[in-house]
Parts: sequence; structure tokens; C-alpha cells
Amino acid sequence: MSSNDRFESREFKVVGTRPLRPDGLDKVTGKAQFGADVTAPGMLHGAILRSPHAHAIIKKIDTKQAEKLEGVHAVVTRTDFAKDVDNTDVLDNCMAGEKALYDGHAVAAVAATSPSVARKAMKLIKVTYKVLPAVTDVDMAMGADAPILHDGMQTEGLEKKSRKPTNIAQRHEFGHGDVDAGFKQADLIVERSFTTEATHQGYIEPHACLANLGRDGRGELWCCTQGHYYVRELCADLLGLDESQLRVTASEIGGGFGGKTTVFIEPVALALARKSGRPVKIVMSRNEVFRASGPTSSSSIDVKIGVKNDGTITAAFADLRYQGGAYPGSPVEFGAMSAFACYNLENVKTIGWDVVANRPKQAAYRAPGAPMAAFAIESVVDEIAGKLRMDPIDLRLKNAAAAGTKASFGPVYSDIGLIRTLEAAKNHPHYSAPLGPNQGRGIACGFWFNFGGQTSVSLTVNADGTVGVAVGTPDIGGSRASISQMVAEELGIEYSQVRALIADTATLGFNDVTDGSRVTFATGLAAIEAARNAAKIMCERAAKTWGIPSDAVVWEDGHAKPVSSNAGDFEPLSLKDIAASAANTGGPIAGHYEINADGAGVSFSTHIADVEMDPETGRAEIKRYTVFQDAGKAIHPSYVEGQFQGGAVQGIGWALNEEYIYNKDGQLQNAGFLDYRIPVASDLPMIDAVILEVPNPGHPYGVRGVGETSIVPPLATVANAISAAAGVRMTSIPMSPPKVLEALDSVLIAEAAE
Amino acid sequence: MRYEAPTSVSEAAKLLAKEKGLARILAGGTDLIVQMKSGMIEPDLVVDIKRIDALKRIKKEKGGFRVGAAVSGAEMEEHEELCALWPGVVEATNLIGSTQVQGRATMAGNLCNASPAADCVPALVAADAVARVVGPKKGRDVPVIKMTTGPGKTTLKRGEFVESIFLPSRKKRSGDAYLRFIPRTEMDIAVVGAGVSLTLDKNGKCSDARLSLGAVAAKVLLVERAAKILIGSNLDEETLEKFAAAASAAAKPIDDKRGTVDFRKKVSGVLARRAAIIAAERAMTTEKKGKK
Repeated sequence: MSSNDRFESREFKVVGTRPLRPDGLDKVTGKAQFGADVTAPGMLHGAILRSPHAHAIIKKIDTKQAEKLEGVHAVVTRTDFAKDVDNTDVLDNCMAGEKALYDGHAVAAVAATSPSVARKAMKLIKVTYKVLPAVTDVDMAMGADAPILHDGMQTEGLEKKSRKPTNIAQRHEFGHGDVDAGFKQADLIVERSFTTEATHQGYIEPHACLANLGRDGRGELWCCTQGHYYVRELCADLLGLDESQLRVTASEIGGGFGGKTTVFIEPVALALARKSGRPVKIVMSRNEVFRASGPTSSSSIDVKIGVKNDGTITAAFADLRYQGGAYPGSPVEFGAMSAFACYNLENVKTIGWDVVANRPKQAAYRAPGAPMAAFAIESVVDEIAGKLRMDPIDLRLKNAAAAGTKASFGPVYSDIGLIRTLEAAKNHPHYSAPLGPNQGRGIACGFWFNFGGQTSVSLTVNADGTVGVAVGTPDIGGSRASISQMVAEELGIEYSQVRALIADTATLGFNDVTDGSRVTFATGLAAIEAARNAAKIMCERAAKTWGIPSDAVVWEDGHAKPVSSNAGDFEPLSLKDIAASAANTGGPIAGHYEINADGAGVSFSTHIADVEMDPETGRAEIKRYTVFQDAGKAIHPSYVEGQFQGGAVQGIGWALNEEYIYNKDGQLQNAGFLDYRIPVASDLPMIDAVILEVPNPGHPYGVRGVGETSIVPPLATVANAISAAAGVRMTSIPMSPPKVLEALDSVLIAEAAE
Repeated sequence: MRYEAPTSVSEAAKLLAKEKGLARILAGGTDLIVQMKSGMIEPDLVVDIKRIDALKRIKKEKGGFRVGAAVSGAEMEEHEELCALWPGVVEATNLIGSTQVQGRATMAGNLCNASPAADCVPALVAADAVARVVGPKKGRDVPVIKMTTGPGKTTLKRGEFVESIFLPSRKKRSGDAYLRFIPRTEMDIAVVGAGVSLTLDKNGKCSDARLSLGAVAAKVLLVERAAKILIGSNLDEETLEKFAAAASAAAKPIDDKRGTVDFRKKVSGVLARRAAIIAAERAMTTEKKGKK
């Protein structure tokens, strides 16, 4: 990072305002092109045959009958993909090899002239399975007698290697100090075990793509993704192509939340296109999205926290077990790293276990791994506050991480906003508002790392004085607006004079995926620097026009000006003036910037929820909800609020009703939005969003990522509110009505026994 | 697949009778189209009955109402007299799906889809509604409770379809109500449903009552034993407790993705009691209206 990239305090003109989003009109009028909207002449429809078994050896796949059906142009199986690939798990997940590892695992695919012919053809493919016992629960998958998914798997990260068959892919450990000594100093120790069920990102747009690939190895792919460069990398690997020969274009995206950071159908469509010689489109059904895209992990967590009577935490320990589906890579490492990130602790230890089970390979979901850990830790902190008769915010303030705190995952924090969010929550009218009958209030804190990453931005100054910005990070949260604002701010022009668009992989340098809440931070940073580079060129053009040295010209308020009267007395030249004469002063004016941004500031949040219980049915209703979060600097406050609200709502859904439900054979029982219950608008109050701004030293305007932190506290916040309203500690998520009613009844039975 | 849109009941009956493959009626289509799109069924013939004028009407008949099989929930809601006489039935019908779905979905379709969790069916059973079935032979009237035998199964014979549903006239001081339990507030399917229809005498004593439960058995249940508990009472707290207990006892649910046996049994009683209270309030209100 250059010193330019550091934060400098300044007055803003465009940043901090709330202009309309540039993609809004297209989206509300239906003009926007999403994944399934792209078509091509001669296009075929692809369909994927999926295993009905959660765990089975694939003995034989007979595709002859399907190939003979009129209208079928290609049938592919695993043999149609590259043999030696780097991303073996991704390939095996996109098209099963020797075994089907979960209900919905792809085993073959067809391309036909219509979707109905493709469906008929799938029925003609004969797959011979040897069905094996399946396991979907994380604790059971770790058990000694569990069915083993991968022969030869050995647990990484163990002190002593074990040769026993296992479903545990890896052990992680974080922390510092001596927890045993810390617990000895404690006046009170609370220990609890928690479980959370897997949830899906629930994006409205199913995965969709259109692929074209010639036998010469040159291809095009249009798809709905959060990261088309990564799609290119994976597809080139899985199909055996050169990256330069595959051009990937990202469509508009109807939600991703982390779930569109990898590939599922794209390599399959490319394989079908290559085999058939025609463009092939694949659109997942909702059933397929649930069964065979990438939901998040389910988890099982033990927490132990010791405190002094004054509330000082003396030791904190957590053992976290996450199943991440059929392949290694659950976000348990992030869970174990983030679990105690909100606290200033002398003695802390977390252990994380990455476990495989017969479920779809998990994908990222908004702050992957952190919400479950926060649910467990913040529930125990809440219980401790109750036992010490301390205000739960005061207990957290007493132990809160601040600048200089050594984080439980290693680094020492610079300026962070946790205490600001806690104080804002404590002083907010919500926190002191009276509660009605059967109501309870909960609070919880959350943390997320945020990410920077590889970023490339290109900016052009057009002859008419407008500016185009090409970025390589698909816009999933209004980033075209915020990037345009930053460019307008930097160049001193109107927001409406800037248009940001998402360039394809062939026309702009490499960009990491839109993930880690990185775009407003990293792409924004690169856009600011690209604008500064263009401004520098414009100053040179002005200098040339005036016949003075270029270092005697500065860029200010959208104009090139002599640095002082000593430099000469010239009328400032506007961007428009300079653009208009560019052809005569040296040719086109452009700016670009490339960086691997490493200054992403961590972010913290505190949430308050009021919940009302129906004591006869166990149904919980969220009556009021407020989010307090540090945004560093809110470029477009409406979209920052939107991120706070969206994360809170997804977390509320996770807390209350969303869950993957499997039968004993490992088949998913609720692969649709009827029985996978995300909250509907009428389920929720308006989510109040309070933006706090503690500038990130690593961004010129102080931006921190805001997209993920907001989903971290809600599971615990809602659980603490329900526990308060119900008078019983809820330790299992989702807190669906049957579970809550059972807990309520257990209290009544216990009271009756006394 | 063939699509036909006849303009008379007899024409529709003929088309159905002639079809050798799988035939389906399309009214609102809110179940049929979804089932077809998901590949659950592939009918050979779809008969759209929305072009048959007679099936699009709500007709007054013997002090009650005959609701045509193609009348949507939204159209029922706009019919003031129907809403005044059978508010619980109309409300139940308009719990189905979203606002958009309610503009299409019909009571007859909800009945013939034969889901044990169908929202309007418990209300119709409590109302003692009667379906008119037409087909190759002479039409017949079938009480709604006898229309279904289990999930997806009706007593309709080959070539038959429901032409209308008759909601009978009511004594003074009568009211009905339907409540369902869903984890969310809308766009959901009943985990338990309870319909109550009752009549009060001049002194506020219950003289007649019917209770039905949905989503707690293979088909909607008519729970006469519980309803009898209400008759002769003032719906006092003690009676309502007994009534709720009897409703819980009558429920025969299963454990599934939507709820547990214990939960459904308990909530059956809770909803039955709450629905009875609303129905009684409505019965009192109709009396007040009558006095004006």
C-alpha cells in the first residue's frame, strides 16, 4: 500500500449523500439482464441428473438410451472433464466421480433442444448405485462408528497423526495465555453447549449460466456470480483450458451473500457446450439450489467462560465443531478465530474441528463461520450478566476489545469501534424503552475481519467530460453507486457524470471475488487512486497548455489550477475543458490502479432485539430491532443501512425458522421456500440502523467493509431476547415454535415439581 | 398435453369423461401449475373452467350462498353479504398464499387438491358446507367432510368435478372463525388449523357448535366430541379448557418437517379455544346488527 492510500480527514461533497443507484431503473423495469436472461442462437437447454441417495457408490452410468432420444445433443459424465485438476473437490462437487456424497449430487448432465426433452432424457439415464449409510449430523459424523465419506482422510493439525478412518478433516487452535490458570481465578464459571442448523443464503435468483465452448478450446461464459475471474480460473482448470481462452462475463445478480463465490453448473454447461458444439444454458430450479448449491455449516459448540464477581473475564474457552458438507473447508477456522474477538482477554483458547458429512459442500455465507460462534459465546456472556446481576452492556464494556487489545486470533487491534457501538446502544431510547407482557430484550455483539484483496480498476475520461469506471467486482450491494460517488468526489464532478460498470475477464486486470465485504473498501480505494492518476494526467495536460511545469499544477474542485500565483496567472481548466482538448494535448486520458489491498479494517456491531412470545404456541415475534455498527465511513448511507438491515434480517431468519431438515437416510426434506422459512416482510418490524464512523486508517476515506458484520450478532441477540421472555436459556437454533414450546413446557413442569 | 376451455358445465363434463389419460381441472391453477412445473404431474388434458359463466358466480340460495368453483378468494372477500354470513370461511380462503395467489385461488380447488393442511377446508367443514359434484351421471351433493379421503385423494369419480360449494343459511346469533398456526405471518402452510362455527341462544348459551381441525390427520377432522362440550355452556373458561383438551385429544398428527406430534396436539387445543372465542364474539355482533 502506498502512503497515499492511508486515511486523511477531509470534507466531503458527494460521499455521504444518498443518490439513486444507477442500476435501479433497469431492475424495477425488468430491463436488467440476470443470469437466466441471456440467450444465444442455436442454444440448447442443459439439465443435471442428481443422486437421490445421500451416500452411494456409483457403479455404472448407462447413457445410451438418453443419447438416442431425438433432440438430445450431448450427455456428459465425469469422464468429460479434465483428469488432473488442481481443484479436485470442486470438480467432484460439480460432477460426482466414484461416489455420490449427498442427496442432489450431480452424476450426469444432458443438453437438448428443449427443457422437456432434457427432462425426458434424464429419465433414460440409468445409474447403478450401491447405497451406503449416510451421516448428516456433525457430532455423529465425528463419532467412532460413523460412515466414512473419504477413505484415506487424515485429520490435519493433530499433534499426533492418526491412521484411523475419520470424517475430521482438520483441527485448528487459537488463543493465548493459560486458560486453566484463568479458570482457577474465576468466581463464576458458566459452561454450555449449543447447536445451530445449516441455513441457505436464500438469494432470490437461482444459479444460471450460458456457455459456449469450441473444440479449439476457446469459450465464452455468461453467468450470475460474485466473482467471474474465479469462475474463469475454476472452469479453465476443470475443463483443461487456458485462462486466456475463456472469457467470463458476470450478469446482474439477484443476491449472492457468499453463495455465488464458486461454481456449480458453469463447468457442466461448458462441458455440454464443448461436446455438443452448441451454446448451452443451465438454470437451476429452487429445489436444486437448496440440494446442490452451497449452504452454510451446521455446528455444535461448547463454551466455558470464567469471570470475577466484578465481571472481569479471567478465562474463555470454546470447542467448535462445524460440518461443511461432503468436502473439507467448513468455516470453522473463522468461527474459532472470531469467537472471542470482541473481548480483551488474558487467557483464551478456541479449538475448531472441520468435519465432512453427507450434505452439499458448503459455500461462504456472509461472515462465514462467525454467527454460530457468536451465538454460543454471546449467550454465555448474557447468562453470566444475569447471574452477576450486571447490565449486559456494562459486562461487555468491562471486557471490550479496544485499540491495543491483543485479539484472540493473534493481531493487536488499531482503532476499532466496538466500545462506540456498545455506548451508542446503551444510550439509545430502544435500550430503556419499557417492555410489554411476554416480551424480552436481548443484546449481543459481533465481529468480522473484512478483506481487501487483489483489485484492478480502469477509468476513462470521455471527450464530453463524463467518466467511465470499469471494475471487476460484481455489484451485489450497490457498489456501482458508491464507487461512482468516490470517483466523483475525487475528480470534483457530479455523481451523474460518472458511470461504473462491471468489466469482463478479458478487458480488465484480475480481481478477487466480491466477498469479505471488500468492494467499497478495495475497489473503492483502487477507484480513488485511478481517479487521482487521471487527475495527475489532466494536470500535465493543463501544464502543457499553459507552458508551465506539470508539478506547478494541482487538481482542486474539479479543476486544474496553478499551484500558486508564482506559477502563473491562468484561469483554472475544468475536467470538461481538458477532456474536450485531449486529442490535441496528448491523446486519451485514462487512469488505472492495481493493488493487493491489505488495510481492510475490522468491524464490530452491537444489536438490540425485543421479542414477544406467544406462551401457548412458542411463536416469537420480533417487535423492535436496532443495529449499531461501525462503518468507518459510510459512502452511501442508505446502502450501509441496507447492509445492516439485510444482515440482521438474515440472522433473524437463521435464529427463528430457517434450517436444513434431513430424514434418517440423509435426504433433504424441505428443498423449497415453503418449508425453508426465510422471514417475509410482515414478519419483521422496520430494522433501525445506527451508523457509527471510526475511520479505517487503511483507506483514503476511512471506509470499512459493512456487508457481513451485521449477520454476526442476530442469532445471539434473538436467543437472548427469547431466553429472557421465556425464562429459559435457548441453546439450539433455529428457535422454531415446537422447540420453544417444549422449552416453555419444561419450565412449567420444573416449577410444578418445586 | 391438450388444453381445453369449455364454456358450459356439460361440455366440461364431456371432455373429462372422454379423456383416457390423466385429466385435470384448471380453476385458479395455483396448485396445478406449480405441480406441473415441478414435474409432479404431467396431465394429458387440462380443462380450464374459468370460461364457464355459471362457475364464476356467487348466488344467493335458500338463505345461504352457492359459490361457483371458479370464484377466487379475492372475489369472495368483496362480497359483503357472504362475508357477513360466513366470515370465517372467507378469511380462511384468503389465508391461502399471497395477495396475488388469492386473486386466482378458489375454494373448490383448495378442496380438490385434498391437502390435509388446506386452509379453507376446516372452515368449510365447520360450516357444514356441501359440494355439488357434476359429471357423466346426474349431479350429486356431497358434504365437504366426505370429499377427501387422504392426502391428494378425493371421492370424485372419473370424469367428475366440483361445480360449486354451498354455504347454508344461519340461525340468528351465529358466527364462525378459522385460525391456523404458521411460524411466519403469511405465505406459509398450516401446521395446525382449527375452524369453529357456533350458534348462541338469547341468553348467550351455546346451542349448536361444530369444530374441525386441519393438518393434524390424513384428512380434515370433524371433532364432534369437543363441539358437544360447548353446547349448553356460556363458553366460560372452564368449558373452554375442556373443549381445548378434547380438541388436543382428537388430533392425530405425525412428526414431520413442519411440527412435532406434541406441538400439533397442544396447538390444536389452543387454536380451537381461540377460534371458539372469536366465533362467539361474532355471533354476539350479528345479534347487535339484527337489533338495529
